[in-house]
Amino acid sequence: MKLSPDQTVFWKHGFIVINATIVWTWIIMLALIITSQVITRKLKTNIQISRWQCILEMLVTGIIKQIKDVGLQQPKKYIGFLGTLFLFILTSNICILFPFYLPPTSSLSTTAALAISVFIAVPFYGILEGGLLAYLKTYVQPSFIMLPFNIISELSRTLALAVRLFGNIMSGTVIVSILLSITPFIFPVVMSALGMLTGVVQAYIFSILAAVYITAATTKSGKPENISITTKK
Amino acid sequence: MSINWFTVIAQIVNFLVLAWLLKRFLYKPVLNAIDEREKRIASQIGDAEKKEADAKTEKETFRKKNEDFDRQRTALIDKALEETKAEKQRLLEEARKEATDLSKKMAEALKENQENLVKKIAEKAKDEVFVIVGKTLKDLANIALEQQIVDVFTGHLKNLNENEKKDLGTALAKSAAPVIIRTTFDITAAQQPGLEQSIKDAAGTDATFKFQTVPELISGIELNAGGYKIAWSISEYLESVKNSINEITGTKTVEK
Repeated sequence: MKLSPDQTVFWKHGFIVINATIVWTWIIMLALIITSQVITRKLKTNIQISRWQCILEMLVTGIIKQIKDVGLQQPKKYIGFLGTLFLFILTSNICILFPFYLPPTSSLSTTAALAISVFIAVPFYGILEGGLLAYLKTYVQPSFIMLPFNIISELSRTLALAVRLFGNIMSGTVIVSILLSITPFIFPVVMSALGMLTGVVQAYIFSILAAVYITAATTKSGKPENISITTKK
Repeated sequence: MSINWFTVIAQIVNFLVLAWLLKRFLYKPVLNAIDEREKRIASQIGDAEKKEADAKTEKETFRKKNEDFDRQRTALIDKALEETKAEKQRLLEEARKEATDLSKKMAEALKENQENLVKKIAEKAKDEVFVIVGKTLKDLANIALEQQIVDVFTGHLKNLNENEKKDLGTALAKSAAPVIIRTTFDITAAQQPGLEQSIKDAAGTDATFKFQTVPELISGIELNAGGYKIAWSISEYLESVKNSINEITGTKTVEK
């Protein structure tokens, strides 16, 4: 039994491997981009809009609201990263209802890639907001003794992000696979539904955690007014 | 459970590409559309508010104008009423004055007419009476009457008071010309000496006399010497009658 889509290799040339993870990711990317392009091509600025536009607007404004609720005062700056994280994980998790589909998020390589992206994005936004020095200062706060703990915290939470998502999705896929071989009727469907629910929850958790980490980095190293606004929240 | 590092790198690249593409095709257009719509709605609301404010201002202006118009109209009506009243009063006064003047003029004209009529009647009556009386006296005149007149005149001379007699004497003395005695009738030669003597007695002085006959005197006799005059005739009595008639008719015109 294949536990990860990484194991399904379509093409290999030395270090370069084209496996199911990459292919399914491309397919999801294509679907997302084509859908967006098709809907946003006919965007209207009137009061009356199409249903699809309405759904897209609800989705985008929902993401923006969530980011704002976490504490980021300029959500439009972060929606490219955080929104894409959420949409990609959500789509790849929901698509488990298609037969022969293996979610890329059930591959540790994908979740590790996403976690590394967050790991890079956090200092990136932190430095962008308050400068390198201010960001580095956050590692020695509240005192210098906390430096090793802060570094460990950074690494461990990245690892936790990757493993949490991978574990949840992979386990769901594995359970459905096992159930299919034992009781091919009813139960796998229920488990698939459960897996979808878990997938949505995991997508939300992953993006919210990334947002929280970015908020923590930008708020500590950011401008005083940002801090005051955040603390008010 | 193992990590394929090429897959990891590929997924990172995939993720970044996806983020870029979604930003390009999803977030930006949608957010722009939302912003545009919000702007449009805000501008529409702003326009509506402006229009409402304008409408309110217009309404207020209109109401004020209406009130002003009503006030002016009322004032004009009041003024017109006042003016009409005043004009009416003035016209009434004028008419009343004109009526009064007219009635006064009419009364005066009537009075004048009446007076003229009375005067004419009186004149006519007097003239008629004089004519009748004169005619009658002329008809009745005879020697006896003439003698009687001479007697009466003589008696009158005798009854003059002292002052009158003195004046007569002075007049006769001053006058170089003869004393003129006018009578309606001819004084006979027999009567003349008696009459001359009576005058001389009354005046207490001598004088020459000249007798003239004047029919207009109507049964009368008149002495004229140096501006002094003594006369007696029926005319005096007729004058008295004339005055009595005037008194009865109530006019003074006759006296004039």
